[in-house]
Amino acid sequence: MKIYGYKREDGRFGIRNHVIVLPTSVCSSETAVRISNLVDGTVALPHQHGCCQVGADYEQTVRTLIGLGKNPNVAAVLVVALGCEGIQPGVVVDGIKASGKPVESVVIQECGGTLKAIGKGAEVLRKMVQQASLAKREEFDIGDLMLGIECGGSDATSGIAGNPVVGFVSDMLIEAGGTAMLSETTELIGAEHILARRAVSEEVANKLLEIVDRTEQRSISMGVDIRGSQPTPGNIEGGISTIEEKSLGCIYKAGTAPINGILEYGEEPHSRGFFVMDTPGQDIESITGMLAGGCQIIIFTTGRGTPTGSPIAPVIKVTGNSSTYNKMIDNIDINAGKIIDGGVSLQECAKEIFDEMVEVCNGKLTKAELLKHNEFAIFRVGYTF
Amino acid sequence: MTKKALIANDRDNVATALADIKGGEMVYAHRGDQEIGILVKNPIIFGHKFALTGIKRGEEVIKYGEPIGIATEDIEQGDHVHVHNIASQRGRGDLKR
Repeated sequence: MKIYGYKREDGRFGIRNHVIVLPTSVCSSETAVRISNLVDGTVALPHQHGCCQVGADYEQTVRTLIGLGKNPNVAAVLVVALGCEGIQPGVVVDGIKASGKPVESVVIQECGGTLKAIGKGAEVLRKMVQQASLAKREEFDIGDLMLGIECGGSDATSGIAGNPVVGFVSDMLIEAGGTAMLSETTELIGAEHILARRAVSEEVANKLLEIVDRTEQRSISMGVDIRGSQPTPGNIEGGISTIEEKSLGCIYKAGTAPINGILEYGEEPHSRGFFVMDTPGQDIESITGMLAGGCQIIIFTTGRGTPTGSPIAPVIKVTGNSSTYNKMIDNIDINAGKIIDGGVSLQECAKEIFDEMVEVCNGKLTKAELLKHNEFAIFRVGYTF
Repeated sequence: MTKKALIANDRDNVATALADIKGGEMVYAHRGDQEIGILVKNPIIFGHKFALTGIKRGEEVIKYGEPIGIATEDIEQGDHVHVHNIASQRGRGDLKR
């Protein structure tokens, strides 16, 4: 099947044509936002990190920033740095440049402070945007699409309708030669043994069990009951009693395809097919990881309803709860609650979601995009020093 | 799915309400090819669970054919099954103290 997108220098295809302003640290985030505000067609990705981080935590933030810049939905990147932060601008610029796309940087301490950085940045950015605006969509095979699957604000319908139907969509994409990924390791606790049976090798199965154990051990080493936040109060009100129950419902969205590999947070898959990425259950951080890994689109199932979007990718919202669809009509694109209400089969609803995904790839805006929901957060695995 | 409750897997000892259920209501659900009727004791809101059989304290609560936790008290057939009478066995750092 053919869809239409923007061919990037590295051969990948974007389904959006964003020019992003990417701060290297919390210290340059405010300036990055102000630069972006001056130039139409741009989006800033402000965050709280990038300085006084060490080891795996530092590496993960760097990998994420570079991965977001390389994402095929991004046409060009303006990196904004303070100058003295832990994540040096050159590291991020060079990492993104490897993709061949236009990357420029502004360093606040080198150009005279806030006002001059804003002026210089806006000057660079408007040229980038004008250049990006010349890009035309061209035909590409849906096999080049990478789908990130997310669920948030789950309730009992998530495991009955929302997740199973999206699992079917994932299988359809894999069947067409594409790539999809499941994430949210916390929400595999209690269901990992089922997923592990689908791993293509013992090594992949063991890695899957290892990331789940690693996540569970975090709560155990803290001496806390994970039920302090998993399931969430909304999950519980929606009928989910334990993390095991939540997880068993969550994994339906992974469909039935063999699991080709386990990815670190923000890591790109080495081949097509189905993958699991090690991210937390917190939706925004999880989505960021999958986008840094190269996903161009997210399908997000929700039982309670959530507005979450992304600055660089369309997020299609699906609920398995008809009542929630009506209560959160501003934010939810597709009602899969009709599977429970009766009259529509899972397969029919999966076809509807797949068709919507294709339309969104071709340019149709999702509700999250229309309402400028640009939620963005990066997962940390260490302390700030 | 027009029944008032769903049994996700034949092994399950709980069912999920697909509509609000009144206390004292007889509710029917499919277990495989069979239809079974359960007298539901408590009011159950949409999405919440009730017991298909008695579940003794310490026994596993099964949904989707898999354990979702352990009963923290004796649960009778038709009882509401939720955080007040079942507990998670995973991610329990509090038990290590």
